Amino acid sequence: MITKRIIPCLDVRDGRVVKGVNFQGLSDVSSPVELGKFYSDSGADELVFYDITASSEGRRLFTDILTEVARTIFIPLTVGGGINTLDDFDRVLKCGADKVSVNSGAIRNPRLIFEAAKRYGDQCVVLSADVKRVDGVFRVFARGGRENTGMEAIEWIKNGVALGAGEVVVNSIDTDGVKQGFDLEMLDAVCSAVSVPVIASGGAGGIDDFVTLFKTLPRVDAGLAASIFHFGEVTIPALKAALRENNIPVREV
Amino acid sequence: MIAIVDYGVGNLFSLKSSLAAIGEETVVTGDAELLRRADRIILPGVGAFGDAAEKLRERGLDRVVVGEAESGKPLLGICLGMQLLFDRGFEYGEHAGLGLIPGEVRPIAELIPAELKIPHIGWNALHFTKKKSPLFRYVREGDCVYFVHSFHAARCGEDVIAVSEYGAPLTAAVQRGNVCGCQFHPEKSGKVGLNILRAFCE
Repeated sequence: MITKRIIPCLDVRDGRVVKGVNFQGLSDVSSPVELGKFYSDSGADELVFYDITASSEGRRLFTDILTEVARTIFIPLTVGGGINTLDDFDRVLKCGADKVSVNSGAIRNPRLIFEAAKRYGDQCVVLSADVKRVDGVFRVFARGGRENTGMEAIEWIKNGVALGAGEVVVNSIDTDGVKQGFDLEMLDAVCSAVSVPVIASGGAGGIDDFVTLFKTLPRVDAGLAASIFHFGEVTIPALKAALRENNIPVREV
Repeated sequence: MIAIVDYGVGNLFSLKSSLAAIGEETVVTGDAELLRRADRIILPGVGAFGDAAEKLRERGLDRVVVGEAESGKPLLGICLGMQLLFDRGFEYGEHAGLGLIPGEVRPIAELIPAELKIPHIGWNALHFTKKKSPLFRYVREGDCVYFVHSFHAARCGEDVIAVSEYGAPLTAAVQRGNVCGCQFHPEKSGKVGLNILRAFCE
């Protein structure tokens, strides 16, 4: 039986993980390699590295560090942030990324999804959508959630999958950072609209939120979170033990 | 020395890195002489069956791989590389494979309930189908490995050494003598995957 995936997300600027992470036993808490290894050893099923660098020098540092991560950790690696062209895909795939997540770049140029899927396969292209309710309608936001594109979110996601996106990350701006649970209504709407794997993001505050997510919406394939893992509020072994107790299949390490 | 067959498909970075992590010396090559000199051969692959089979053939590597396998050299196919070991594949038409293992590669959709997603993507448990293969000597029944595929190996019953359940038992690994194949990606399957590669290399 296929297991539900637990995915920590790390924001990287100039090759260093931002948001201080506080774990004992790590000599360098901002090293993507050390942190990635820590998460991989504790049972993360996949890692997402999000490059929030603005400069080209920072980009170079990011790809150097990605290469190092990919040499050390043997679970699927997804890279996002600043992916606007096929050259960007090429750049991170050569450094050992398995999947590439597109967001604003695909909003500006939806053909990017199609071209990348044709060249690297659907499985390589992850559509990440930042979604927020505006007057009761799900709208897609660009530029890290700052800009309302006016596009209806479910239609945009369906379109992205039709163009070749092999997975969808749904990040609810409404629940993000609130720590009151995932956006079940939004996720349900997306699961009903597409047949590719759906990854829930935004709103996890504790273990119970993951249990509720997978129990309420069995069609959701994975849960992604950042700060609750980084600050040790939730450890992956404890999370997986709780999911297993609730008869939700998860991978043991 | 382990030779990874380079025939212009897929990203070999992770495979090379994972073999380095278990202390194996590798060469990524499309050179027939280097493949002949290697102790073991790994045939990787991502993409579509027909396209990959054609790329192997136009480089003359199909005959080299088959020749080496028939001479008894250990061969491991991974993902599409496993699928190519069979007689034929039905992805965008019918295409001939290497014919090293009897069987054919067919769409998963023919086999599983319609409500299940395709591709079969994610971590799934291995179930051994017969006496445990030496390939799994460091792996336990039920250990999870990482899959990404839309086609599966069919009509190869006697050579299946492991299956994974996804609405139906899907062929996860095969072995016929010195020729083995994994549908999953050992190079992306954490410690379990590294242990499978280690067993192949010993």
